[in-house]
Amino acid sequence: MFEVIFLQFLNGLDKGAAYALIALGLTLVFGTLGVVNFAHGALFMLGAFCAVTVRMFLTMETVTVDPERLSPWGTPLEVREPLVQAWLGDFGAVLVNYSVPLSILITIPIMLLVGIALERGIIKHFYKRPHAEQILVTFGLAIVAQEVIKSIFGPNPIPQPMPTDLRGAADIGAFLGMQANVITYPLWRLIYFVFAGVVIGGVFAFLQFTTFGMVVRAGMADRETVGLLGINIDRRFTIMFGLAAVVAGMAGVMYTPLLPPNYHLGMDFLVLSFVVVVVGGMGSLPGAVAAGFLLGILQSFASMNQVKAIIPGIDQIIIYLVAVVILLVRPRGLMGRRGVMES
Amino acid sequence: MNNLMPRNDLFLLLGFTAVVLTMPIWLAPFGAGYPDLLQRFMIFGIFAVGFNILFGLTGYLSFGHAAFFGVGSYAAVWSFKLLTLDAIPAMIFAVLISGLFALLIGFLCLRRSGIYFSILTLAFAQMSYNLAYSVLTPITNGETGLQLTINDPRVLDAAMGQGFAGQPVPTLLGQQMSGYAGFYFCAGFLILSFFIAQRIAGSPFGMMLKAIKSNQTRMQFTGFNTRPYALSAFVISGMYAGLAGALLAVTDPLAGAERMQWTASGEVVLMTILGGVGTLVGPVIGAWIIKYFENILSALNDNILARFWSFLPDGVADVVVKVTSKFVGDGWHLTLGLVFVIIVIFLPGGIMEGVRRLAALFRRSGSSSAKPSARTQPAE
Amino acid sequence: MAQPNVVLHVADVHKRFGGLHALADIDLQVEEGKTHAIIGPNGAGKSTLLNVIIGKLPPSSGQVVFDGTVLTGRKPFQINQLGIARVFQTPEIFADLSVLHNVMIPALAKRDGMFTLNMLRSLDSETGIRAEAEHMLEDVGMINRRDMLAGSLSRGDKRRMELAMCLIQHPRLLLLDEPTAGMSRHDTNTTIELLKKIKSRGMTKVIIEHDMHVVFSLADKISVLAQGRIIADGSPDDVRGNPKVQEAYLGGAH
Repeated sequence: MFEVIFLQFLNGLDKGAAYALIALGLTLVFGTLGVVNFAHGALFMLGAFCAVTVRMFLTMETVTVDPERLSPWGTPLEVREPLVQAWLGDFGAVLVNYSVPLSILITIPIMLLVGIALERGIIKHFYKRPHAEQILVTFGLAIVAQEVIKSIFGPNPIPQPMPTDLRGAADIGAFLGMQANVITYPLWRLIYFVFAGVVIGGVFAFLQFTTFGMVVRAGMADRETVGLLGINIDRRFTIMFGLAAVVAGMAGVMYTPLLPPNYHLGMDFLVLSFVVVVVGGMGSLPGAVAAGFLLGILQSFASMNQVKAIIPGIDQIIIYLVAVVILLVRPRGLMGRRGVMES
Repeated sequence: MNNLMPRNDLFLLLGFTAVVLTMPIWLAPFGAGYPDLLQRFMIFGIFAVGFNILFGLTGYLSFGHAAFFGVGSYAAVWSFKLLTLDAIPAMIFAVLISGLFALLIGFLCLRRSGIYFSILTLAFAQMSYNLAYSVLTPITNGETGLQLTINDPRVLDAAMGQGFAGQPVPTLLGQQMSGYAGFYFCAGFLILSFFIAQRIAGSPFGMMLKAIKSNQTRMQFTGFNTRPYALSAFVISGMYAGLAGALLAVTDPLAGAERMQWTASGEVVLMTILGGVGTLVGPVIGAWIIKYFENILSALNDNILARFWSFLPDGVADVVVKVTSKFVGDGWHLTLGLVFVIIVIFLPGGIMEGVRRLAALFRRSGSSSAKPSARTQPAE
Repeated sequence: MAQPNVVLHVADVHKRFGGLHALADIDLQVEEGKTHAIIGPNGAGKSTLLNVIIGKLPPSSGQVVFDGTVLTGRKPFQINQLGIARVFQTPEIFADLSVLHNVMIPALAKRDGMFTLNMLRSLDSETGIRAEAEHMLEDVGMINRRDMLAGSLSRGDKRRMELAMCLIQHPRLLLLDEPTAGMSRHDTNTTIELLKKIKSRGMTKVIIEHDMHVVFSLADKISVLAQGRIIADGSPDDVRGNPKVQEAYLGGAH
């Protein structure tokens, strides 16, 4: 029984990690800029498609027809040769194999630019406008982003293979000194979890230990006072928006081997991550992270057959149900500050 | 005095009625004068008018109204299956059920305001959608969708000794509602819906709703319990959504869960904003425009575009066709998203505000040409 | 003389915020028909006291009784329906509605109660309420602005309108939170005149004010609050002469 519970717990971690990463970015944007960003899920989706694009370039091939040889169907054999491999040899093969983690390197600058452009171009005009209008404009942007992706990449999910070396499962049970092969966990999920931990830790450390982070935290607490000190808080907030976009984008890249991305990936995750933010407490970074993992794990438990036998359909609604209960009973969420978004 | 209705309201209602009833004529040159599309204009017009009663008057932005639309559809189809194929009982039944559902959801969601309210409605709608696809399959028939079969009990019809041969379809007093009959049926409901919305907006109750949007604190300290006001608005708009959903079931008796998805809730938000939130006519116009362009643009393909751009030189035409094709056909949602973003940024009051601004511009230019020496705007 | 009738009784109210004792042992009796001013330096707890009276903040202990009814624990709209109206420090008005509608709404609250589903009657048929509102606007000298959007009014006009919104309900008790804050001398004087005018109608008022000129021209009785306690209580002349008050407030502030 312990093993079953532990395994479900583990199964919840990777989804929880994705929720936590998206919710973290949402909260950063909300806490600093005071903007309710319905386009944040789209940033996650854009990150995922950065990975798709990188892989597309890496796997570009030359196709030469060899008239001497015939394929099993009797047609002239097409010889496909990946360009990267042709140019770089074995190193090229490694690049292709590791395309997903490598995409992160390219995703970071791209998402930073996307985030900053979005903030400077559109979002900044909405700081003083009602939250309903912020929701509306970012909702519109999310539609635009997903439709652009759809028109480029088509409507179907595009699977992204994980590196061959990372395909197996980790025997966590044995690692913890239990019986071997009872608790095994796909390696990539483990990597995703560790990756999420590093990113979350990095963001917190950045906010905690750098001067930049201190100013931003002060600005989150009291924007006016910081402004009075002659510090240009707006520029820093722009960068924070970029940072949130980067976090979402990286989360999207790393998630592609777990869930083949399609154009509505962002919308699918958006609703859930908003629920996560609300459960964690609007404006609370630790709350967002904690609620992300909590809901991921809860969802994992709810999809156990034993649980579904007792409450049919619970796996479909558990997250929303928790959100509704939290909002009604404890409107500030698990760790929300007083007075955030309360009129 | 005129206690029944102020003159302006009466003119607006009459004008609206005339425009709606003559739609088959004046929309024909635009390629939209056929019943199937016109019915959709009516149905989504009702949906948007009702949504505006909540969002436009009280300012509560619901992202879950498609749930009521879906519930209305399911309720209507069940009425066709269990009671009778006549449309009227189905409409009544659907409006009642969706009203009750809205009462329950609204009671819970209205305990919070602002973004929390939006997310609560979103959460409830997603729950309904997910449940409709999974455990509620006995009621919703899951992915297949709920449809009419020859073997449905239809107790009222059976009691009246009415039998049917072939695939059952909804009727009105025994008449099938195919073609324009279906359109006029829906049009009648749109006009009625518009009339009721107009009365609500012009009533003391409507003024209270606007006051809630304007300043909830002052409402409280003025002696009003704002919660039942907002809840009434929520239930009314939920009933409108249910009515629209039921009408869709009348014209096409197949109810599927995708009608309840949150993107469908988003669509009615788009309609309302595009037309002009808080105005009476705006949401209807928004619904018509979105449904019209959805129909026209999504039907365009590369061949039609190539013919359209054929006057351009070959190379240029190819590029233009390629670019424009991204915005039509399956890409029409991209156009919609872009238009929506532009509207929210530059014209938050929607088309109605645009019309007002244009009118003001004409008035000003008219008066300034009459007085050419008139000063420009003083600096301060 | 008959025993003065106490309308509002703040009984042994304490209010703590965490470790801070914002209000300590407050006991106030407001007599019918009188204007009772509460003054005190910044941070003395004046606004907290008003919020406790109006039900916005629950007291840590003690209670507020209005004409035999305990107010503590009641919602703002219930308190209003008992006959208490409030003017805020920064005007709380319906900025998106016309001045006339702003004044009609409270009149409807008085007539129809806290909730009525009168959605099929036309607003235009409310001729009685409309006339009443117009009359009220004439009283405060704003009838020529009746069709303006309330949000576009000047600050002084917003306050006057808010006052009209309270007065049209004929409240038994009117609470005024710094009714002249941020007003020009001229606007302050017109407001004082207006308040004097309604005093003759026998309305009880509790007024919180900074401006000594306003306080001494209006108040029948003054309570001085300092550091959450009432340090003096009495007629304007008593308070003016009280050395404790001069030390805590009048002397300290000037």
